[in-house]
Amino acid sequence: MPRVKVARKSTAIDMTAMCDVAFLLLTFFILSAKPKTQDPAQIQIPAATVIGPIPEVDFSTISIGQGKVFFNVEGDDVRKKTLEIMGDKYKITFTPDEKNTFAGVESFGVPISQLKTFLALDPKQRGTITQPGIPVDTTNTNELYDWVHSARLADKYLHDKDLKIGIKGNSQEEYPTVAKVISTLQKQKVDRFNLITALKSK
Amino acid sequence: MAELDTSGGGKHKGGKVRTKKKATRVDLTAMVDLAFLLITFFILTTTLNKPKAMELIMPDKDDQNKQQMPVPESRTMTLLLGDNNKLEWFVGIPGKTQPAVIGYGKDELRKVLVDQNNLIKQSHGANQPMIVVVKPSAQSTYKNVVTVMDELNITGIEQRAIVDITPVELGLLKRDGLYK
Repeated sequence: MPRVKVARKSTAIDMTAMCDVAFLLLTFFILSAKPKTQDPAQIQIPAATVIGPIPEVDFSTISIGQGKVFFNVEGDDVRKKTLEIMGDKYKITFTPDEKNTFAGVESFGVPISQLKTFLALDPKQRGTITQPGIPVDTTNTNELYDWVHSARLADKYLHDKDLKIGIKGNSQEEYPTVAKVISTLQKQKVDRFNLITALKSK
Repeated sequence: MAELDTSGGGKHKGGKVRTKKKATRVDLTAMVDLAFLLITFFILTTTLNKPKAMELIMPDKDDQNKQQMPVPESRTMTLLLGDNNKLEWFVGIPGKTQPAVIGYGKDELRKVLVDQNNLIKQSHGANQPMIVVVKPSAQSTYKNVVTVMDELNITGIEQRAIVDITPVELGLLKRDGLYK
């Protein structure tokens, strides 16, 4: 009697669809990921347990590290408008080229008098030079006050939203620098802000 | 690799020798492996690294508006933040009650806050909670302030404020060696 032979089936699975999905997801994640903003100073943020998310638009970050203050506002268009308003205030005219460069600079810390030379540097040099920080003191007319004020005006003008402000301070920063920044914000009636922190367990 | 050869033998019984047709299929297993590896990598690096924020609301600092609510000293707790990650606390007016020096740890600061809150609730009634005044000295760090605010959030003490330190309180810190 002849034995009944079971036909051997191919074990290969069609991987094409799976491969498509995998690469689609991969592309999505790469495109949606935001590049990490490089801070001009080393900043180690403190940790807290009760925290919420940070808004991605209409948000401004004031970084504090090594006694210096750096300023950043999200969005190229807002940054450009902020510079225009600042230029009007300080009677400095910025060329369209300088405005475009400024729109691409994330966090910076130079006095406005040195901003032109800072923008003239090429991007690599800009990352390596030590920035002196934005001048802050306890008076009403310090530069940080004007930057924050201009950014708020720019955001209101472009997006009709209230700019939220976050403070990103270095853990080991002594408190007086932070106090100066907070009092500058309070002078323009910004009493609510976010302290940027890392997550910690209770 | 992932495909078994199912063509039986391949013995041609006489006749023409044909060139074997090659399969047009490409083995995608390795490619899929790689793609998923990269996806995993991207997911882990993006979501785990996102910084968060703690909301801080400061009392309105209006120069024109001088009227202030009187605060009963008996339910006001003051925290003086000194150097070397130490702080002092007392309830009431500085100088009258002796301050105690503690650290920021879980079983130091949090315990004191919970205990004092309960004590004050017992003596004043549940609708009169403790008021905490945080006074960071010039030698305390930003991290200290964040830790204190976080502990206040955890213990659910809503009435708190960050206030500038006074010379009397600075003297207390100096006396106890928390300020140079």
